[in-house]
Amino acid sequence: MRTPRLPKKRQAKKRRVFEGVKIADFTWLGVGPIAMKFMANLGATVIHIESQTRPDITRVSFPYKDFQAGINRSGFFALYNDSKYGISLNLKMPQAQKLARKLIYEWADVVADAHLPGIMDKWGLDYETLRKEKPDLIHIATSLQGKTGSYSKMPGHGIVGVSLAGFSEITGWPDREPAVPTGALSDFITFPHMLTALIAALIYRRKTGRGQYIEVSQLEASLQFLAPPIMDYMINGQIMGRVGNRCTNAAPHGIYRCLGNDKWCAIAVFTDQEWHDFCRVMGNPEWTKDHRFATLLGRKENEDELDALVESWTINFSPVELMNTLQKAGVPAGAVHNGEDLLADQQLNHRGTYVTLEHPEIGPHIYQPPPFRLSKTPHELTMPAPCLGQHNEYVLKEILSMSDEEIADLLAAGALE
Amino acid sequence: MAHKTRDNATDDKALKVYRVLDLTDDGGMYCAKVLADLGADVIKIEKPNGDPSRNIGPFYKNMPHPERSLFWWAYNTSKRSITLNIETSDGGKIFKKLVKNADIVVESFHPGYLDRLGLGYAALSEINPAIIMTSITPFGQTGPYKDWKAPDLVGCALGGQAFVMGDDDRPPCRISFPQAYLHAGNHAASGTLAALYYREVSGEGQHVDVSMQESVVWTLMNVIQFWDLMKFNMFRGGATRQMGTPRCRVAFPCKDGHVAFLIAGGQLASISMPPLIKWMAEEGMLGAFETMKDWGPKDWIEKVDAWALTQEQVDAWEGSLIKFFATKTKRELYEEALRRRIILYPVSTMKDLVDNAQLKERDFWVKVGHPDLGEDITYAGAPYKMAGLSWGISRRAPLIGEHNEEIYIGELGFSEKDMRLLKEAGVI
Repeated sequence: MRTPRLPKKRQAKKRRVFEGVKIADFTWLGVGPIAMKFMANLGATVIHIESQTRPDITRVSFPYKDFQAGINRSGFFALYNDSKYGISLNLKMPQAQKLARKLIYEWADVVADAHLPGIMDKWGLDYETLRKEKPDLIHIATSLQGKTGSYSKMPGHGIVGVSLAGFSEITGWPDREPAVPTGALSDFITFPHMLTALIAALIYRRKTGRGQYIEVSQLEASLQFLAPPIMDYMINGQIMGRVGNRCTNAAPHGIYRCLGNDKWCAIAVFTDQEWHDFCRVMGNPEWTKDHRFATLLGRKENEDELDALVESWTINFSPVELMNTLQKAGVPAGAVHNGEDLLADQQLNHRGTYVTLEHPEIGPHIYQPPPFRLSKTPHELTMPAPCLGQHNEYVLKEILSMSDEEIADLLAAGALE
Repeated sequence: MAHKTRDNATDDKALKVYRVLDLTDDGGMYCAKVLADLGADVIKIEKPNGDPSRNIGPFYKNMPHPERSLFWWAYNTSKRSITLNIETSDGGKIFKKLVKNADIVVESFHPGYLDRLGLGYAALSEINPAIIMTSITPFGQTGPYKDWKAPDLVGCALGGQAFVMGDDDRPPCRISFPQAYLHAGNHAASGTLAALYYREVSGEGQHVDVSMQESVVWTLMNVIQFWDLMKFNMFRGGATRQMGTPRCRVAFPCKDGHVAFLIAGGQLASISMPPLIKWMAEEGMLGAFETMKDWGPKDWIEKVDAWALTQEQVDAWEGSLIKFFATKTKRELYEEALRRRIILYPVSTMKDLVDNAQLKERDFWVKVGHPDLGEDITYAGAPYKMAGLSWGISRRAPLIGEHNEEIYIGELGFSEKDMRLLKEAGVI
């Protein structure tokens, strides 16, 4: 077991939204950890419960600091778990299950879980069991396809979830295979839904004193973002395909090559005014006077040619230079940022999108707060993501008031692995 | 506080007692839909000719018409609508009257617009200190880009999504159905409810500032950490991903479309590969997996390091998988994947989603009455299932100004004569 690093006492009393709300966080991978991290950033006390015997895949995946693998070295896990206390429990063992129940009964307001449906039941940590002892408990669970139904126990993750939920099929080019969006997009649609449901339940509990069980299916949450094209199929029989960067009511509307290697800028011209301003910035070259490009209908009809002409101009500029010039002239444009560009982006830096915290093994590295700012109760990233089992001693001693002997027994039995 | 009068409600919807004034267009309407379906009394405040985003397709029976936009329908369920021109002096006054009895205002105007009308957060909080105002904008309320325009494509680009989407021999691209402001609205709903929770504790309202760009950045998984820790820029790879050195497919062609599957090593492969290879063996299609036909889960963890595979090895395996998958449909593969416990899913089309067995079994889809059309329309159902309090679509999206009389006469006490005057003056 690692030597626990006791958290510093907070100095001045800050106003924090979820001050006093206590969350036992049994989640892993993307959705649950991020939602509970946001709760922690808004003032909830979150204890993240995990195990060395079945490590979170994000702990054992790239990116590792300096390419050196290690269970505490991945920025993937770190980003999703800052500001939480971390304990390790081998929940396959009855002693560990008992300890988890003790934590819930004596301490927690909320249980969050992201295991396959049925696993928490096996450990005696299901809502029906827990509510008997703690009727006002909120238990929120998330999984790829929900708790019930034939497919509920099918294993999965967001990298295939994005395809199941319909996003891959409509990303890319009409003459090519689907371009599966990089990352696990369905996770990132689902976690804010999970957060919203949890806060609604907390508000409801404040008013009524009643807890409840909530389940969030990643598939069902994600489909909210495709509702109109789904209705288009149901009502009109039209199945949406891939259209690259085209848009029915704008031209030029695309991503154009710029100066440099793999450098691009998005330009989206909707109105006549924007078109005139765009032409003016280009210096009103001869081709823009061609009657085929004078109207939106004309530009849509000759869009391939239009795109080639636009690109013969954009290729002379860097994306940021082009974006600045076009935006100043009132034309919607945006540099296509890669990871490096995102970190340099002026607006994101102005806004405080990046917060550097000193992690005991990774060193100083970048974390991100929620994308909303509350004027009176600002978020706070209180500590870096925990090393595995970092706060075992703090949680067992300080929160659960367990004796050294009890802890030694658990250690000897392997329950804290 | 405004909500006190409605505190006695015993309905089981979490947000039943709260009133929301929704001034958004497509730059934020998802936020208020979330609140409305959770039971809040949401009043959409539209310009006298209707919200311009009523012109966004697709349309019911392909009839372009402001009352037929499926986009507008989908994201304005459970709301009521009044028309009001807040730029007029009477309009501003009426809006302030509504704010007195409201709990939340959601808006998506350019930063500073409401301040110039004397209707910004500072002014409204003087009328009602408990009011929460949520502002959803492309870049947030302050900063160098705050006045810039950012339609979806620009948001995708500046939020980092475009760079990692599409084929690597073509320009980066976006998802063909706009997503950026749905992400912003989704986060705005969380931020609004956080402020509401705090108000329950403290009695104080506050201003919630949501940035679309920053919301899109929160979809990137770990793109920023890859640069921060390893100076590596994640890039787009079409149907493949770079996993370590080789490129691996994450979508494979099959008989009638594509399925999502990845070989990988470690835990993921240990689940999927043994049962898949067994199935291939049964059909005499082992191909490059001949030597692994007796491997169990442990072998895949111990013998295959996904990060150290060679491209030749991956290509050989994928070649055999493509041959095998080509003999089966998406549905056949998915049903067997369920039976045999393989992490394989369809690359769903909109039709596949409507036909999806799991969604049907869970009663996901809900029917909503459209009395003016004389029919029920099927909508996407709950994003979360709650036992103690319920989610539900209480009514179809409103017609333009459908609830003018209900609100202006019934609630604010205007006479029919006032209504005529306000209509003629272009206020409502």
